[in-house]
Amino acid sequence: MKTLITARGITKHFGATKALDGVDLDINAGEVHVLLGENGAGKSTLVKVLAGIHGHDAGTIEGHASLAVIHQELALVPELSVAENLFLNRLPRRFGFVDRAEMRRRAPELLDRVGLDVDPDAKVRDLGIAQQQMIEIARALDKDAGVLILDEPTAVLTETETDRLLQIMVQLRQNGVGLVFITHHLDEIQRVADRITVLRDGRSVGVLGPKATTRHMIELMVGRPIDEQYPRARQRPGQPLLSIEGLTRRGAFEDISIEVHAGEVVGIAGLVGAGRTEVARAAFGVDGYDHGTVEVDGKPLRRGDVQAAIKAGLGLVPEDRKGQGLVLTATVGQNLELVTLGDRDQKRLHDIAGKLRIKGRVEQPVKELSGGNQQKVVIGKWLLADPKVLILDEPTRGVDVGAKVEIYELINRMTAQGRAVLLVSSDLPEVIGMSDRVVVMAHGRVAGELPRGATQDQVMALAVQEISA
Amino acid sequence: MSTISIRKYASENGALAGLVVLALVIAVMQPAFLNAQNLLNVGVQAAVIAIMAFGMTFVVVAGGIDLSVGSIAALAAMVGALTAGPIGLVVGALCGLVNGALISYGKLPPFIATLAMLSVARGLTLVFSEGQPHETDALVTFLGSNLAPMVPLPLLLMLAFFGITGLILTRTNLGRRMYAIGGNEEAAKLSGIDVRRQKLWIYALSGLFAAAAGLVLAGRLGSAGPQAAVGYELDAIAAVVIGGASLSGGVGRATGTLVGALVLAVLRNGLNLLQVPPFWQQVVIGAVIALAALLDSLRRR
Repeated sequence: MKTLITARGITKHFGATKALDGVDLDINAGEVHVLLGENGAGKSTLVKVLAGIHGHDAGTIEGHASLAVIHQELALVPELSVAENLFLNRLPRRFGFVDRAEMRRRAPELLDRVGLDVDPDAKVRDLGIAQQQMIEIARALDKDAGVLILDEPTAVLTETETDRLLQIMVQLRQNGVGLVFITHHLDEIQRVADRITVLRDGRSVGVLGPKATTRHMIELMVGRPIDEQYPRARQRPGQPLLSIEGLTRRGAFEDISIEVHAGEVVGIAGLVGAGRTEVARAAFGVDGYDHGTVEVDGKPLRRGDVQAAIKAGLGLVPEDRKGQGLVLTATVGQNLELVTLGDRDQKRLHDIAGKLRIKGRVEQPVKELSGGNQQKVVIGKWLLADPKVLILDEPTRGVDVGAKVEIYELINRMTAQGRAVLLVSSDLPEVIGMSDRVVVMAHGRVAGELPRGATQDQVMALAVQEISA
Repeated sequence: MSTISIRKYASENGALAGLVVLALVIAVMQPAFLNAQNLLNVGVQAAVIAIMAFGMTFVVVAGGIDLSVGSIAALAAMVGALTAGPIGLVVGALCGLVNGALISYGKLPPFIATLAMLSVARGLTLVFSEGQPHETDALVTFLGSNLAPMVPLPLLLMLAFFGITGLILTRTNLGRRMYAIGGNEEAAKLSGIDVRRQKLWIYALSGLFAAAAGLVLAGRLGSAGPQAAVGYELDAIAAVVIGGASLSGGVGRATGTLVGALVLAVLRNGLNLLQVPPFWQQVVIGAVIALAALLDSLRRR
């Protein structure tokens, strides 16, 4: 097998912290090499060193293959067309002007290589995130990249989109491209990985083969044995704390009824676009709805009134942590006190930071924390407000395994205190493993409800079903 | 002090370091700069821009911009001269409220809403004044005078507004919410902050501070002119930015703004003392603003 890039003993400091400590990595042609590790383990730094974005303090990198990185934040121009984005920076020209005909002629061939069927003249803005990703991959391939690095590409994709991406990766592997794949989804790793390098605290702690078990991967990642991935401790449900009745917003969701009792975790599963987040936001009063009612502990909520919802005891941890959950310019403490600005009790603030095991001082800028710790801050600001019901929308997205379990323990603690949790999640094992009941949504409606112990197949069967209007 | 805390101190007080260096250079080139009377003059000259810039700090921290402060200052001073000073303040706050309402409830970008107010307030000033300057009454004139020999009231007012601004930013819910809104408006909304209502107050405060600055200016001159404070909004924004605030919101402090206003005043005064021709002064001031912003952006990297 041809080795495209050989990195040896890569070491990189950021100030006093050692982000990478003597990491070795080989990238071979026709191989999917997975980089696995918790957030902050050094995966992204390693990628940036390989790509030449960061320099390195020690070690060597050898290889001639040109290298392309698909970052999580896509580097496309939304207002330009698909074709223009594909040839950005080297647009075909004729008489000094952009040769549109030539561009349109060459675009389909490129799109074909990633199996994308879109109009080259469509604006990138109008495409879905998965399609946008494919365009970036197509662009990288056109530059004859021998090595393609994909940094958590599936974090923003639905199940079907992920399948499609994995297929394309397999195809590229057959064509001799060397792939580096970063993901937190262990099942994806098992499907495509040829080799797995596990990073922890900036060090390579093991190289595994394609047959590695989930348990083995996790234990290497966190550096200790893991008892259980979904440690749900059930409570006897009490009185209903959240009652959503016939909630409808035309074009988004219809006739949604969900009840969550004290001590209970109710999951909402479904495909992306099924309307789960929309229902959560409407119930919390961020967005309006046409009819239906939302009650918290028997008290009806006024439509579109977040303040009233909070007062009644509702909280929402939104799906987009950086975009909606955190004030990144502020400190951990300032983020924690966001909901409870009125009573500024420094002691409770420090208490909660300690209880959540947030790694980082209260005075530290929140942007310096890892994803898992940031998410704990968002949850912490709600715990300070002492809510009766907490809606968690994708609470562990982009969160490493260790912090995930801590978040699950938090859910257990909340329900043990008699609070109710509504858990919206696209992570099927998680929503099944942590919920006492799972409501499955499809096409803006409740497709069905499953008791604890349901299988992924059962959930998927409901999620993909066509509902006649 | 460890290296890290020195670095932290320097990065938080870059503008202050710049001010000290600037003052030293001018003092070496022209020792008359250090004359007590001259230093007081610098303070008085800084006062109007500083008070205006304090109000601007609220808006900028909350992620907005207020282009109307110069016009509001002139309108408030004119109304104050034609009626009474306090009424000028009320008019200023009302103009700010209108800005806030256009932005919050009319969903206009702050740039557009306050650009409109810049024109409307200036136009009203011309209408009310009929194009003529008007003498200020005793109260307003007092604002621009010396409390005692060597104790100019504008300087004291600037310090008072500095204290109030610091208090609002760090010790009130409104202030904390400004940082949240400017840092991430969506997160603020989802945390139960009534962003729209907060913006009303933020722009009203900016209008009120601009009006106060206008009255101090008119007090110093003894009259309110229809073309007073033209272009001051740009100096106020410059002061805020030199002081380290970020125009994308969420960052900014009262001390920074004070230092920023002093940098502008020291620079103007120094250039006069060094007999730099006025046309060239503009060039130098522009270059210094660019330099300050550049240093700030390098520091953040």
